[in-house]
Amino acid sequence: MTADKPYADVPGTTIFDTDQARLGYHLNMFCMSLLKAANRERFRAGERAYLDEWPMTEDQKRAVLARDYNRMIALGGNIYYLAKLFATDGKSFQYAAALMTGMSQEDYARMMKEGGRPIEGNRRVGEKARG
Amino acid sequence: MARITAGVATSHVPAIGAALDLGKSADAYWAPVFKGYEFSKRWIAAAKPDVVILVYNDHATAFSLDLVPTFAIGCAASFTPADEGWGARPVPVVEGHPELADHIAQSVIQQDFDLTIVNRLDVDHGLTVPLSLMFGQPQAWPCRVIPIAVNVVLYPPPSGQRCYNLGKAIRRAVDSFDGDLNVQIWGTGGMSHQLQGPRAGLINREFDNAFLDRLIHDPQAQARVPHIEYVREAGSEGIELVMWLLMRGALDARVREVHRFYHVPASNTALGHLILENPAEPDGRGDPQA
Repeated sequence: MTADKPYADVPGTTIFDTDQARLGYHLNMFCMSLLKAANRERFRAGERAYLDEWPMTEDQKRAVLARDYNRMIALGGNIYYLAKLFATDGKSFQYAAALMTGMSQEDYARMMKEGGRPIEGNRRVGEKARG
Repeated sequence: MARITAGVATSHVPAIGAALDLGKSADAYWAPVFKGYEFSKRWIAAAKPDVVILVYNDHATAFSLDLVPTFAIGCAASFTPADEGWGARPVPVVEGHPELADHIAQSVIQQDFDLTIVNRLDVDHGLTVPLSLMFGQPQAWPCRVIPIAVNVVLYPPPSGQRCYNLGKAIRRAVDSFDGDLNVQIWGTGGMSHQLQGPRAGLINREFDNAFLDRLIHDPQAQARVPHIEYVREAGSEGIELVMWLLMRGALDARVREVHRFYHVPASNTALGHLILENPAEPDGRGDPQA
C-alpha cells in the first residue's frame, strides 16, 4: 500500500493511485480494447462473452454489465479508461458524471449551468454543507 | 535563433471538440465559449508561430497502464488524431518538428529531466481541442506542433514545481536551437473540474481565478502548491493545471497579459484561457527566471 494518502478525506472522490491502478489493471485494459472499432462491435454483439476473455474479477464484470460507474471506480477503474465504455454506448462525459452523482442528466446539467457543485461543504468528509 | 514569443493556456474539454465537429458552435450553450476565443484567433493569425510546443495530457489513448511516462516528447514528423471510442475527430493530421523536438529532448535530458521520447503518438482531444479553439477549422494546421505529454491520470502526477522547472529547461533548449523559429508554448487542461464519483461537477471559481492571478504574477509561489490543494479545491481532474505551470516556466519572469477568459460551464468543467507574451526584447535570455 502507498503510505501517504492525504486525499483520503476528500468526499465522493477516489484518487486513481498506484493501489487503485493495480486493482483495476484488467478492468482498465478491457476498456482500452474498446478504442478499436472492431472490438466495440464484438463487445456489443456479446458483452458477457467479451468480458470473459479478460482476467477480471466477477465483481468487475458485473459492474461493467450494470454500467455501475461508481462501483467500477471502487474496483480500480479510472474515468478516462471507463470513458471508452460509455463512448461505446454513445454516451458523454456529462451523462456518466450525472449518473455517478445520482442526479438526472437534466438536473446535473442545470447544476453546471448554475455554476457547478459548490466547493463549500465539499472539501472534507464530515464537513457540514452550507445552505 | 529560435525564440519563445508567447504562451497560451486553455482548457481542452472534449465536448468543445464535439460541439465544433457537429456544427453546434453557434448554439446558445456553446456560443459564449467560442466567443472567448475570437480575439485569440485574430491574435494568432497575426502572431504566426512556426512551432507550438503543446503541453497536454493523454487520456488513456496513446498510453495505457502498460506504459505511463511522466513526461514524454513527440519527436515524429506527424501525429494522427486518435479514435477515442467514438471515431477520430475530423481534424487535420498534426505535423511535428522533429529537428527542434530532438534538440529539446537532448538538451532537456542533459538538464536532468528524463523525457520519454515518442515517435509514434496518436493525439487525443487534449491536444486537438486547443488547436481547434485557437485556429478554428482549417484544412491544415498552420504551424508545426511538438507534443509534450504529461501524466496527470495516474496519481501522482509530477509536482507543480517539477513542471515549472521543466518549462525553464525547455526555454533554455529553445534559446539554444540554431534555427530562426517563432515558437509558442501552450499549457492545456483544467480548470476546476471533477469527472468521477458523487463529487462530480465540482467548480471553484475562487480557486481558478486566484490560480490565474498567481500563474501570471507570482508563478514561483504557485509552483509550490502541493497536489492535495488542487485535488481538494479544484477537483480530482483539476490537477491538470500543473501543466499550465510548465508553460509559464518557459516564459519570462514578467509577461504581458494579452487576453484572459473564464467561463462556467463547458460540460463538466470551468474553462480558462490566457494569452501571455514575452516582452519583444527578451531580458535574461537563457535563464529567464533564475
